[in-house]
Amino acid sequence: MRLRAILRGPVLWVGLLFAALVLFMPALAPVFAWAFPGYTPPVYPASFLSLWLSHAGLVAVSSLIAAFVAIGAAIFVTRPAGREFRPIANSLAAIGQTFPPAAVLAVAVPVVGFGSMPTLIALTLYGLLPILENAIAGLEGVPPAVREAAQGMGLSGVQMLRQVELPLAAPVIMAGIRTSVIVNIGTATIGSTVGTLTLGTPIINGLVSEKLNYIVQGAAVVGLFAILTDLVFERIERRLRVA
Amino acid sequence: MIEIDGLIKAYGPRRVVDGVSLAIGRGEICVLIGPSGCGKSTTLKMINRLIPITAGTIRVDGQDVTQLPVERLRRGIGYAIQSIGLFPHWSVEDNIATVPRLLRWPEARIRDRVTELLELLRLDPEEYRRKRPQQLSGGQQQRVGVARALAGDPDVLLMDEPFGALDPITRGALQQEVIRIQRATGKTIVFVTHDIDEALRLASTIAIMRDGRLVQHASPVELLERPADDFVRDFIGRSEIGLKLLSVRKVGDRARLNGTAIGEPIDAGATLRDALAQMIAQGTQVLPVRDGDGETGRSLALGDIVT
Repeated sequence: MRLRAILRGPVLWVGLLFAALVLFMPALAPVFAWAFPGYTPPVYPASFLSLWLSHAGLVAVSSLIAAFVAIGAAIFVTRPAGREFRPIANSLAAIGQTFPPAAVLAVAVPVVGFGSMPTLIALTLYGLLPILENAIAGLEGVPPAVREAAQGMGLSGVQMLRQVELPLAAPVIMAGIRTSVIVNIGTATIGSTVGTLTLGTPIINGLVSEKLNYIVQGAAVVGLFAILTDLVFERIERRLRVA
Repeated sequence: MIEIDGLIKAYGPRRVVDGVSLAIGRGEICVLIGPSGCGKSTTLKMINRLIPITAGTIRVDGQDVTQLPVERLRRGIGYAIQSIGLFPHWSVEDNIATVPRLLRWPEARIRDRVTELLELLRLDPEEYRRKRPQQLSGGQQQRVGVARALAGDPDVLLMDEPFGALDPITRGALQQEVIRIQRATGKTIVFVTHDIDEALRLASTIAIMRDGRLVQHASPVELLERPADDFVRDFIGRSEIGLKLLSVRKVGDRARLNGTAIGEPIDAGATLRDALAQMIAQGTQVLPVRDGDGETGRSLALGDIVT
């Protein structure tokens, strides 16, 4: 039963396709040679696996930091003590969102130098808003009756947060994390302009040296990675909603 | 059991509860009633400090409520509200177990307590304990809500219009449950409603409020026989006071040893209103009365009802 459900779902198939592409891209050399005649070498001459690992690592670390900060801020501004900071938190996160990531990179490079650091900063800033907005909406979406009953029965503030508010807000918070991660998977490609190793590296390289095949290869892997991640998050969200 | 003394709740210069003093005895059902905005819910919520007290004191079992840590106070007082507020992500069992878990009862005792309460509220434990609140009807949800309020075995139960959103039949059934549970457990219940018939049915004493003040605190019969002023008279329903009196007086108090009557007997514990209804239905003016032990030595005549 379980096996059949897994086989029927798209996660397995997209996952397999993605893994094949990351691991065996060089094997597709004849296909690319035929599709893009005149470009040599036909396949980007680096390990897509290590590009992907670096890319995924950046997204994971920045999203984790963004999630911690955003959920923490959302919890704070939905407590009686932090209520007054709510507008400030919202506008700060909005500013993070309006700054184009490229601009953040341009500002960050002189400060922290080339490499992964500027990209990490840009992705973290960029990922805050969707998580913050959803976390606030989720925490405030707890029905007033549930809140009143919990209070009336003598749950303390911490118990209320852990046993009632966070579990009820979890699906909405998770949706925010999902948006943030998906957007950052795409945005991380720009990091390659400042020397970060990502799946954007073949794309940038292809743009600079006018090699269309590199661009297609990098874009295909990033696209599939985003779709696969989205599918996995959808699963998690559904599970949270049932629970 | 509960002594409220000079209770005031003010928002700025406006007093929504203004000098209410009220003593509620152990094992009583005290119904707070009045029009919207009269301060009845506010008064109730000051007992478990969901609303802070501006001035005055509330003592529960001799203990000033403001002197206890607020969580401990609330865990010792049952609380049921109109919108129920069951936790949607928990099973019925977990919902009922909320306060016992907060009180750190052993799991085995909690399990037994949940079974006991589901049975008390007439929900089959094996069928319902694993269900989610969304799978229950409104009436069943409120049964779980009441079970949850009782779970920690509190001496005092606060109920804020708990049956206001239910249909009349479910509501009537749950009112019966409250009376039955109160008799079985001896809880002191403070019950807020704006429905005078609900109040007359449940109350040992009724406290009528208006504009933050207590207008009259009396037993249902006394309230109907000697309303304090025109407001009370209007609130009870001026033209229906006579009929309402019938619904709080018992057949047993009026029945007489005056010979035999034929026909379907009526219980001594039934109300005069039931008796009148039965007389009209049967087209008779005298009913035999069935006393507790089943003997029918007494009867009730139409004249006994009216005078």
